[in-house]
Amino acid sequence: MAARTPLYDRHVAAGARMTEFGGYDMPLQYTSIGDEHRAVRRRAGLFDLSHMGEVRITGEDALPTVQRLVANDAARLVVGAALYGVMCNESGGIVDDVVVYRDPGGYMFVVNAACREKDVAWMREHLDGAGLDDLSDSLALLAVQGPEAMGIVQSLTSTPVEAIPPFHFVDGQVAGMRAAISRTGYTGEDGFELYVDSENAPAVWDALVEVGTAKGMLLCGLGARDTLRLEAGLRLYGQDMDDATDPYSCGLGWTVKLDKPDFIGRDALAELDPRNPPCSFIGLRMPGRVIARHGHTVLADARVVGEVTSGTFSFTLGYGIATASVAPDVSREAPLFVDVRGVAVAAEQTPLPFYRRPKGNG
Amino acid sequence: MPDLSTFKFATTHEWVRVDGDSATIGITDHAQSQLGDVIFVELPEVGARLEAGAKFGAIESVKAASDLYAPVGGTVSEVNPTLSDSPEVVNNDPYGAGWMLRLRDVGEGSVELLDEGAYAALVGD
Repeated sequence: MAARTPLYDRHVAAGARMTEFGGYDMPLQYTSIGDEHRAVRRRAGLFDLSHMGEVRITGEDALPTVQRLVANDAARLVVGAALYGVMCNESGGIVDDVVVYRDPGGYMFVVNAACREKDVAWMREHLDGAGLDDLSDSLALLAVQGPEAMGIVQSLTSTPVEAIPPFHFVDGQVAGMRAAISRTGYTGEDGFELYVDSENAPAVWDALVEVGTAKGMLLCGLGARDTLRLEAGLRLYGQDMDDATDPYSCGLGWTVKLDKPDFIGRDALAELDPRNPPCSFIGLRMPGRVIARHGHTVLADARVVGEVTSGTFSFTLGYGIATASVAPDVSREAPLFVDVRGVAVAAEQTPLPFYRRPKGNG
Repeated sequence: MPDLSTFKFATTHEWVRVDGDSATIGITDHAQSQLGDVIFVELPEVGARLEAGAKFGAIESVKAASDLYAPVGGTVSEVNPTLSDSPEVVNNDPYGAGWMLRLRDVGEGSVELLDEGAYAALVGD
């Protein structure tokens, strides 16, 4: 049976349609994915992300261990800062994509729910004397995203949240409960992710709902989370990448720092040409409302050149969008087609991200 | 809820309302609810001939694509022009403004059709 987050009862009471994701029974949508998506772009949305895993690396030897585990450079992280990166295996394939926070006592990795067991086992194998705490069950994660997110969170805390730079966090209180207030998200909007003790999650959720509803905030499920992240050009592990994908081939070469101390997978990645990796990761604009989906074949000159990794309908732009992994010899100008259930549909190559939030939107 | 006593339901979740030798076809409230936000409805050309049980198009939501099947056979006399620009009417009003097809020259044959109560029992409403 799928696990439940501390907010499961709230979701059911709100009438959510639930779905299994990463081993958890999670809200897919409360009302409609389109309405929830637009609420985040225009006002605000509240997400329960408590399925995500949180794993801390602690002790005096924490930094060398973190440096071995991630391809990005954790040495530049000051206390209160975070970075996005990938953990690679020896072949350079991606074990998981993670956000790493530095706190006074160590480093906290936020990992994908479906990867948690695999990641914890992998991290334990490479501890180099550091300690490991899997906090996933004791921490809940709530995200408030959108132009109104700052006002909503600020009204429940004395911490000046506007002063928290992007990809930083501050320990404080929200609705009277201990919380790490992080200026991060997965939607392309400004917003906050709040790490709170599991037993306090319902109280914080209720307070956010009360304040947020007055500002047009909607409860948002994983459906809107997926359409929002894809518009923003953000990757999804298991779809856009997996253990066999190197970071360059999914457009995450910017997170690989070959000149930092050695890390797992470095030798394999050093063999690759970052500007000419085994695959190119591209954006596609579909005609009208056609939706390309994960696994659909990409064609050029009637030749199979790759596969769609993620695809959806962009509620903001009003047309279908997709990302695809294609052969490196496919030129930027090449006319491409996607095999959508037996029909070759012309797709236009377009830069990522599909959507950037307008200046001043939060 | 509209009066569904004149509607019949296929186990593939289309509805049909037959009036003499013409018929109107759409998908059920249960189907639209399961699909979620409808993005695209692919419909046949006017004049196309459909056998009962034949695939007549497809419906695509954010979540999934599904084929659509004709509960009865006939000739397509009209397709709902609203659906190309506002497919969300299938979500908002599946038994009314969200209709998909009208058929003329409807034949005798049909797929297995349920009445309102039997269909409700099938989908567990």
